[in-house]
Amino acid sequence: MPEVFLEANHISKSFVGVQALQDVSLKIEKGEVACLVGENGSGKSTFIKIICGVYAPDQGEIIINGKTYRHLRPIDSIREGIQVIFQDFSLFPNLTVAENIALNDQVARGRQLVNWGTIKKIAREALDQIEIDLPLDATVGEMSVANKQLIAISRAMQQNARLVVMDEPTTALTRKEVEVLYRIVRGLRERGIAILFVSHKLNEVQVLAERVVILRNGSKVVDSPAKELTQEKIVLSMTGHTIADSRYEYSTPKTGQPLLRLEKLSRKGSFRDISFDLYPGEIIGVTGLLGSGRTELALALFGSHPADQGTIKVDGQAVKINSIQDAIKHGIGYVPEDRLTEGLFLERSIGDNIVVRSLKTLLNRSGMVDAVKKHTEIQTWVNNLHIKTSDPLMAVKSLSGGNQQRVVIAKWLASLPRILILNGPTVGVDVGSKAEIHGIVKGLAQQGLGIIVISDDIPELMQVCNRILLMQRGALVESFETKNIAEAALADRLVETIGGD
Amino acid sequence: MATLRRLLARQEVIIALTIIILSIFIGLVNPSFFSIPNVFRILRSGIIVGMFAMGVLIVLISGGIDVSFPAIAVSAMYITVVFIRDTGIDSLVLSFVVAGLIGLALGLFNAFFIALFKLPTLIVTLGTLSLFRGLLLFFVGSQRIRIAEVSPVLSDLSRGNLITIDNPAGGVANLHIAFVFLVVLAVIVWLLLRYTMLGRAIYAMGGDLEAAERVGFNVRRTQFFIYGFVGLVAGITGIVYCSLSREADPFSIVGIELDVIAAVVLGGASIMGGRGTVVGTLLGVLLITLISSSLVLLGISSDWQRFVVGILIIIGTSIPVLQLRQRQRTQSAAQAV
Amino acid sequence: MANVQQRQTTTPPAGRISIGHLLQTNGTSVRLLVIVIALFVLFSLLRPDAFPTFRNIQSMAFQASEIGILAIAVAITMLTGGIDLSINSTANLTAVLSALILTYVGPSSPALAMVLAIGAALIIGPICGAFNGFLVAYVGIPPILATLGTLTLYQGIGTVITKGAAIFGIPEFQWLGNGEIAGIPFPFIAFLAIAAVVGIILSRTKYGFEVYLLGTNPVASRFSGINNRSVLMRTYILSGLLSALAGLIILGRTNAARVDFGESYVLLAIMICVLGGINPAGGLGRIFGVVLAMIALQFLSTGMNMALFTSSGANFFKEAAWGATLLIVLLVEYFSNRQRQRRISEK
Repeated sequence: MPEVFLEANHISKSFVGVQALQDVSLKIEKGEVACLVGENGSGKSTFIKIICGVYAPDQGEIIINGKTYRHLRPIDSIREGIQVIFQDFSLFPNLTVAENIALNDQVARGRQLVNWGTIKKIAREALDQIEIDLPLDATVGEMSVANKQLIAISRAMQQNARLVVMDEPTTALTRKEVEVLYRIVRGLRERGIAILFVSHKLNEVQVLAERVVILRNGSKVVDSPAKELTQEKIVLSMTGHTIADSRYEYSTPKTGQPLLRLEKLSRKGSFRDISFDLYPGEIIGVTGLLGSGRTELALALFGSHPADQGTIKVDGQAVKINSIQDAIKHGIGYVPEDRLTEGLFLERSIGDNIVVRSLKTLLNRSGMVDAVKKHTEIQTWVNNLHIKTSDPLMAVKSLSGGNQQRVVIAKWLASLPRILILNGPTVGVDVGSKAEIHGIVKGLAQQGLGIIVISDDIPELMQVCNRILLMQRGALVESFETKNIAEAALADRLVETIGGD
Repeated sequence: MATLRRLLARQEVIIALTIIILSIFIGLVNPSFFSIPNVFRILRSGIIVGMFAMGVLIVLISGGIDVSFPAIAVSAMYITVVFIRDTGIDSLVLSFVVAGLIGLALGLFNAFFIALFKLPTLIVTLGTLSLFRGLLLFFVGSQRIRIAEVSPVLSDLSRGNLITIDNPAGGVANLHIAFVFLVVLAVIVWLLLRYTMLGRAIYAMGGDLEAAERVGFNVRRTQFFIYGFVGLVAGITGIVYCSLSREADPFSIVGIELDVIAAVVLGGASIMGGRGTVVGTLLGVLLITLISSSLVLLGISSDWQRFVVGILIIIGTSIPVLQLRQRQRTQSAAQAV
Repeated sequence: MANVQQRQTTTPPAGRISIGHLLQTNGTSVRLLVIVIALFVLFSLLRPDAFPTFRNIQSMAFQASEIGILAIAVAITMLTGGIDLSINSTANLTAVLSALILTYVGPSSPALAMVLAIGAALIIGPICGAFNGFLVAYVGIPPILATLGTLTLYQGIGTVITKGAAIFGIPEFQWLGNGEIAGIPFPFIAFLAIAAVVGIILSRTKYGFEVYLLGTNPVASRFSGINNRSVLMRTYILSGLLSALAGLIILGRTNAARVDFGESYVLLAIMICVLGGINPAGGLGRIFGVVLAMIALQFLSTGMNMALFTSSGANFFKEAAWGATLLIVLLVEYFSNRQRQRRISEK
């Protein structure tokens, strides 16, 4: 009979009218590895913040080690041995490895003086617990993401963790680093420490989890042993629908010039020998793990991190793309991965965000911005892309994720690009908006744009693209026509390739 | 080789090498550079900037900035001298205590705005710089006071020497007693930063303020300490200043703030917070003092002083930026393909 | 993140401007306008014989101009998220070089000397600015440090040239600092013209639009195809140009150029910008606010002088009053922000 460590009963939580969690109940047993799965916006992060006491639930109770908490405070959660490793790790980049690991302990003990010997001893012991060796005197800011994560885990160990929650821990890790992490997770389990692994990557879930809990739109939809679940079942539960059959039909024959042709494009340290053609009306998907070079390829085409070898041809003409300005000159637009920091000016108006690329067409003869033209332009795009707002003068941060993404797309469309690269176009977008954004993308291709979609969302790629390219370790390893392959087969193939990296 | 490169990546090492090379060069051109009187002279001229720099260092490490410390120093100094003049109580200890307390109080006034309202430190201290000095000049006075006329004790201090050595070239070489203040202060700040949790809290805050709160540091209390400490140091430095210059001039000191910040930054402290050491700061102060006071020995007019210091600041601030860029480049290329 | 969320959009509405909207988006300007009017009324009541007179207003206009121009120079760099500490050194360096031209060419041909002096200033100022821009945009030094270095460097160059002495101009040139047109001081006309031109550039041109976006989020502006480096270069060059114009006015007004003239101007200019609602983190604020802040501070200085006319230290009291005003404005903004956030969260 396994002992229950944490029990969350009927947890509900809403923010300003949005129901983030609805009657979610969950048990975590001592020494088990549970995976919490769900799309962005499904309520995963809210749930984590509730069990570590950052948010108070509107309803429900939390029982830890048999003790019932109606109002769990962060300090209670830490005392009970719950340690959360957030994606930003909360480390001090300017301090040493040893100090980062031992600081919590020293503060908690109310130490006034620093004994460097003790600090190193504590750190050494914590690192030994996960069987990792790191230079104790190195500055954390200079270490790789993987090492930072290991430091964060050691710090959690050092505080007698009973349950370690890892929020999307593999996002920025290489394959090898992920293996190390898996090994550590298994080691912790053997010592009776429970792990709650938060992820949306199916392969990880299958490799690690003993139990899978799936959230969708704030409700728990699945809670069962991992063995009883298939990939398809997980995808279905996460998204709430099977992979749609409506594929993108690319009918125009590939005659004449390709819009974009890459010949053995390489960038040292990022990707190598990438060659493919993009024809007008095509939507090409590029997928692969993080670190496979997919984003780097997009950034090279967009001139942000230029390629150092190979040729890029637009309309058959070899072009040099050494800066973002070069890319724009050749009609290439880029919708970035991180919408909030790279795509939008959050505090500025929706309108300003839309016209940032097209402003030069909105000037009057004396070089001033023509207010009427600007207003018309903004209205046009708000209408065309169905951006739901009462007033385009409102700050863009007031919009939902889906509408924000439409603003970023509108920004590029307003500059009349010929090639549009979308990186993670529906990350953090609700299900309804997702379908509409897919519709917009398909519509653009039908008007003759060439589109590249970078994503790790397989159903999305299957629905939107006519062709999917698989990248692995910086190289293009396979290419599929979506109409020639069944969803499941592709999914298996991708998982197999990625998983067996 | 790797160790050498790591050493050269440290701003302190670069500054120290610059000082050594520069000293050898100046010494070759003018052998009197290495004479004891000259060394003592350079050390003496670095006292005031060095003492201020200790306070500024702590603020910069914590991720803030303080431009009001000269106004605090001049207020504490002038009020104390007026106090001595009006009461006739002439005690060395008392004058340091009074000046220190005034400085502490004014520093805590800064902390009040910064810690309780989380207002930007540059803007707050810009405001208090004006406020403190304006109030001083309006309410306390705007006349110079000659120290010799009001305080024999402070006047004695101004002639006090720590070391007196017979100069082979004739006369004696004196190292001013106030140098002790700089040394003691530097040791205190070094111990504070390295061996107390308070010091580590200051580094932690500069590294990541939010994470520092999450670890459990009391950020507000630490900020009260930081700005209070800067005030205290400024107050005491004010008294040392008037003793060295032998007069209390309410128009003096203010204007030195940017020079002090420049010296601290040159010594490797980051304006973004989280980085900086006592040794580096002392080296930064020494380099600037060395250049300021040695151009003449090179036969260069002292008119070139600001020019050279300006170039020095630009080069000194470029180095870490360029190093960082280089490191990022090599890092991204090293990632597995 | 929390800091970011406190900011509000400031884009003036295209076409339809309601008072409500104006109050909402330009709280700072409205607040400043109220302060300006209140100060005027207050001092007029305290000294009806001296404050609200033509002579006094004229003299205030003379005093406010040069520091006002320098404040605008700082404001544009602040809007990009930077700062320019070298404004005063640039102004003095250009004034010194212009004064040298006047001294050497002036005796033989005053007209030619003036043309050359002004021409030189219009070249030297932007060169100084371009060097700042290079250090910030291309080398990547934080603006506060880069311009701290050039502050010292430009002052150093001036010292080497003048050996620290004052260089005198020629009488003909004084019109630039002391002349008037229809009773309005020429420096003040220059200040208003500069404020208007810079204001229009910022609010109506593509460059101005890009300045605000760069200041709001430099990463997003890069990914939107804005050439950040070019925008920064242009901003610091413009800042250098404005500093040079201030330098010419200083030269005209005092008929002398000194490398250490007006050392308190730098911090004063920053103070005026912050009072005027320019966010030091970038992306927020308007030149109109800077003009109002300048006027408010001038009323405060002169008014204090007059209200305390019995005291010889009135001049010093204004310094304290400026500092106090800045702190009070910071507190008022803090509490009004908090209230607004509370309102939002209550919704």
